[in-house]
Amino acid sequence: MAPAEIREAIIEILEDIAPDEDLSTLEDPKAFRDQLELDSMDFLDIVMELRKRYRVQVPEEDYGHLNSMASTVEYLTPKMEDIAV
Amino acid sequence: MYDTIIIGAGMSGLAAGIRLAHYDQKVCILERHYTIGGLNSFYRVGGRDYDVGLHAVTNFTEKGAKKGPLAKILRQLRFKWEEFSLSPQAGSRISFPGMDLKFDNDIELLRSEIASRFPDQIDGFRKLEALIGGYDQLDQEAFEQSTREIMGTCITDPLLTDMLLCPLMWYGNAREHDMDWGQFSIMFESIYREGFARPFKGVRLILKNLVKRYRSLGGELKLRKGVKRIHVQDGHAQAVELDDGEIIVGKRVLSSAGRIETLRMCDDVSEVDTRQVGKLTFIESISILDRQPTDLGLDETIVFYNDSDKFHWERPQDDLCDMRTGVICSPNNYEYADGQQLDEGVVRITSIAEFDRWNQLDESAYQVAKARWYDRAVESAVRFVPDFRRQVIATDMFTPTTIRRFTWHDNGAVYGAPDKKLDGTTHLNNVFLCGTDQGFVGIIGSIMSGISIANQHCLRD
Repeated sequence: MAPAEIREAIIEILEDIAPDEDLSTLEDPKAFRDQLELDSMDFLDIVMELRKRYRVQVPEEDYGHLNSMASTVEYLTPKMEDIAV
Repeated sequence: MYDTIIIGAGMSGLAAGIRLAHYDQKVCILERHYTIGGLNSFYRVGGRDYDVGLHAVTNFTEKGAKKGPLAKILRQLRFKWEEFSLSPQAGSRISFPGMDLKFDNDIELLRSEIASRFPDQIDGFRKLEALIGGYDQLDQEAFEQSTREIMGTCITDPLLTDMLLCPLMWYGNAREHDMDWGQFSIMFESIYREGFARPFKGVRLILKNLVKRYRSLGGELKLRKGVKRIHVQDGHAQAVELDDGEIIVGKRVLSSAGRIETLRMCDDVSEVDTRQVGKLTFIESISILDRQPTDLGLDETIVFYNDSDKFHWERPQDDLCDMRTGVICSPNNYEYADGQQLDEGVVRITSIAEFDRWNQLDESAYQVAKARWYDRAVESAVRFVPDFRRQVIATDMFTPTTIRRFTWHDNGAVYGAPDKKLDGTTHLNNVFLCGTDQGFVGIIGSIMSGISIANQHCLRD
């Protein structure tokens, strides 16, 4: 998957986790927390959904990389580049 | 081999099951009773549907709310707000001798009632409100502080203290006389700040949604399968043994059976301290009316009453029940969508009861006691709401032994044991607790409990 496709995958996950959020205005460099009503349970869900959908493991010490869309995509790119779309 | 074995198909067990099955775990829920729901269940007698437990779903927030437990559980379980189909209450009341306080789903009403009836206490009430933080801000020690002590630093009129405590104790306090500060905070938030609602079809709608979702994710549910024993080796649960002798093996066990009840199953535990068991249980006297309660002027959703100088939250000392306090609930009095209304009027009255005395009755004495205490409960209640006795066309009643049958809790203790275990851990490294003994009560609370314990202890491996 290319970065743009990874971004799309994250958007799909967020749509499932937080269906009441408007994701069209999401600014990639800004922290999710400052734009969306996400708590620690929701962040766990992002990690769990990545595991479920793409078999990507995000160890707990790396959760900080999931701070914003930009940092998430950057962190996931090497982990997901071999995954077919 | 299951990833997780869940004991109990109540709200918390089902919610945990959904979380785990959604993330591809092989899950099995074992339920001793022949039906799901535990405390929040339902039954059918004489062609009518009755709810056990649920008077109201607490923690009501409107569609689109992003904060609060209701929004959180909907997100975690991937339900749409509409699927719980909640309609808000019409309005409720706390009724003590010579004093009434109304409240609804907007805390401004309660504030203004206090300001007009207890003008010298409103500042204290605001101070109390400021002390009540969020749900997640209390550790075990802070949770167990005395509510009466903390309230005493804000409110100086004992009548107001008792009146504010009455609904919160009724809907979730396992401790006699006083209340854990954490429990009080949770209940204050869920009842006074958020509020009451109900699905038009009652608790069965929520349960059916939960089970349907759980099954669609591949979760297994086995009814009439009580867990007799948890086989333990070296501080680790190996398997569970059912009442019929069947052995089921799993990597971990999540139990909603209650803390003491779960410990008793563990075969490395020779003795449990039953002094820690909950003591508070109820009877409920249900009346079906030939008209809507509002036609009789009974238009409130829930009335919490007390007839004495002090509010006594304790196990009855010398009789089967204590009629000094009670809850009167009419499921008709919710603002159902499109003006829908239940076909028949229903009034449910809950009274405090004593398990042992009910449990010792033989069958004929039990039937007599039911009839006698139905009459006494209604007689007690109609001092606080219009008398509906001439309009009654059918009655039913559930008792502490009914609750025991549905929940398997010692003493039929509705809110479990007084000492809560917030983090859900036990002396075994792969047995965890969810449900009432984790400190969350009510429908939303117990669902939250199942979700949070599943997340914390069962998902990350």
